[in-house]
Amino acid sequence: MDVLTTWFHDLMAGNAIFTAQTIGYYWDGLVTTTQLVFLSLVIGLVLAVPLAIGRSSDRRWISLPIYVYTYVFRGTPLLIQLYIIYYGVVFFDGIQETFLWPMLREAFYPALIAFTLNTAAYTTEIFRGAIKATARGEIEAARAYGMSDSLMMRRIILPSAFRRALPAYGNEVIFMLHASAIASVVTLMDLTGAARFIYARYYAPFEAFLFVAAIYLCLTFAILYFFRWLEKRLLAHLRPQS
Amino acid sequence: MLDLHGYGPRLLEGAGVTLQLAVLSLALAILLGLATASARMSRGWLLQRLATLYTTVIRGVPDLVLMMLLFFGGQMALNVITDALYDRFGVDWYVNLNAFAAGVITIGFIFGAYMGETFRGAFMAVDAGQIEAGKAYGMSPWLVFRRIRFPQMMRHALPGISNNWMVLLKTTALVSVIGLSDMVRVAAEASRATHEPFTFLLPVAAAYLLIASVSEWLFAWLQKRYNIGFGGH
Amino acid sequence: MKKLLTISILGAALAAGTAQARDYDHVRIGVDVPYEPMEYRGADGELTGFDIELGNALCAEIGVTCEWIEQEWDGIIPGLLARNYDAIMSSMSINDERRQTVLFSDSYITIPGAWFAPEGSELSEINEETLSGKSIGVQRGTTYDSYATDSYGRIATVNRYSTADDMVLDLQAQRLDIVFLEYVVGQATLLQSDEGDYHVVGEMVTEPAEYFGEGFGIAFRQRDEALAKRFNEALATLKADGTYDEIHERYFGEE
Repeated sequence: MDVLTTWFHDLMAGNAIFTAQTIGYYWDGLVTTTQLVFLSLVIGLVLAVPLAIGRSSDRRWISLPIYVYTYVFRGTPLLIQLYIIYYGVVFFDGIQETFLWPMLREAFYPALIAFTLNTAAYTTEIFRGAIKATARGEIEAARAYGMSDSLMMRRIILPSAFRRALPAYGNEVIFMLHASAIASVVTLMDLTGAARFIYARYYAPFEAFLFVAAIYLCLTFAILYFFRWLEKRLLAHLRPQS
Repeated sequence: MLDLHGYGPRLLEGAGVTLQLAVLSLALAILLGLATASARMSRGWLLQRLATLYTTVIRGVPDLVLMMLLFFGGQMALNVITDALYDRFGVDWYVNLNAFAAGVITIGFIFGAYMGETFRGAFMAVDAGQIEAGKAYGMSPWLVFRRIRFPQMMRHALPGISNNWMVLLKTTALVSVIGLSDMVRVAAEASRATHEPFTFLLPVAAAYLLIASVSEWLFAWLQKRYNIGFGGH
Repeated sequence: MKKLLTISILGAALAAGTAQARDYDHVRIGVDVPYEPMEYRGADGELTGFDIELGNALCAEIGVTCEWIEQEWDGIIPGLLARNYDAIMSSMSINDERRQTVLFSDSYITIPGAWFAPEGSELSEINEETLSGKSIGVQRGTTYDSYATDSYGRIATVNRYSTADDMVLDLQAQRLDIVFLEYVVGQATLLQSDEGDYHVVGEMVTEPAEYFGEGFGIAFRQRDEALAKRFNEALATLKADGTYDEIHERYFGEE
């Protein structure tokens, strides 16, 4: 242990940039990034399931509005969506007096709203594709068993659609992690925000940004391997028998 | 009518910057993508490794971080080179990496990695029999590439290119953070000055949708052209 | 060597590089705008302000032509090192942290920092107790950022902005409780603004010296000692012949 602390101390003493303080900023940034990405993904996922079912509906008055929503949110940069929500909420007269303000006042919640709406749009389309790809035979079999539409959705279509959507959804998770880097433009001290602060203070772009790039790379690989493992488990029945 | 408080011309200029940036980055990305795909399929061990490293690292780090690294750090690296030239040889010139160049290089570099994957998949999808047939006709390797591999590959690569282009287009918005006056930056500036965020941000969002829709249509047309002779599509 | 040259030339072609002589008859000065009254655009769109007028007077005295190049604050020192310009004259406080990277001229003015809060704010003085849990706005990478972060970063939230404009907008939106910036800039953008009432909280801040003590200087690349010397001599001349006082009076009135 002693050896370790001396080693750490020597390492820290050797440079002006990676001090205990700046490491603390990076750590806080990591926490913020993780919270932001995780929460927006979970809420986005919860929103996306009913939206995807609605989007696959034959009734146009249900599917069309959802299509417009996904088209707009997938067709415009997340940065614009973030600006609109962050600056936009302020211009509703009297918002400062409502119960929502203590949340909207922080940069975290406008960012969370923007990220959630964005990922929900992408996830909706991923699920819709997976639902659409359900094998006809499965549906016919369910019908033959006399299943109702909702039971069939719950028991047959959704479980198999989730599995099919897994690889694409894994990409979406990584995409969201990378997209979250823009949170720093609305003052959030996420990982990128910490790097920008340290860069602006010490004028050391390589140390500040390479370090943070390495953290993102590790996170990306962690997500990648998690989804590979998940696919292996959940899609085991699809692999050729040996 | 929409009152843009005199920001109209600057917004249009910004839209021009966005388009130029997107098209130039796409061109660079396609070149890099072709090079990467060739490297990954080559027999050289080092080339393969380098290309794999490039695609993995680039796809593992956020665009914005790469952009800042290149814009802020790239210049310092260039300075080390030009300073050394001056100190040792008295060669007195310097390279100025402006925000536009940094934007094109970074976005091109990032999407080059994605394009590399697209092209690799597409090249591998080309029927080997066709290439052999070409060789049997006595075509030179270059002619085989130009007449057979490239057009056949494009048929498979187009959906991927189209996808990458759509993502690339939206990525250009990030250059506003490093100080380039694209349409997002002009709109954000105008919103702050006039306190009317919706007036400026919504039209810019609509402009992105318009560009996306036009390019979707364009790619559908291209796809049709490259699919001539394959019927049914 | 040949390889290095080829690479550099390739880079030059890519980045549209231009050659620049190192004995200056034309000096490009980086500045972060708007920062009223130090540097801002007048109603006619022309760049003006204390720094701009003094800078132009210095260039005239030295006998060089001046060109002002706008650059956002958080990239202003890298921009200098990158030779996007040859000097920075943009209300930059001289301190040891920056001295490691750039070369400073003699101090040409000292302006205190100040805390600004909206009317009706419960804040009446500045200390760890009153600021606890509050959100403080600063411009990223300024001495105000460093000071607020080091002194109150543990007990309050420090929000960092790229431009002073962004910060003022969030103060108006009530996202911030208080902002910390140069007094004269707060005076021009907040005290004299039509939108909302603001006031100074607590004392003017000129201490501790490691952050604020030495006043503002013009920053140069460390190798450009000759250029810094010419500016220092010109500054001394302008102070002696009354030009400096005249410009100072125009912006800040009689002492």
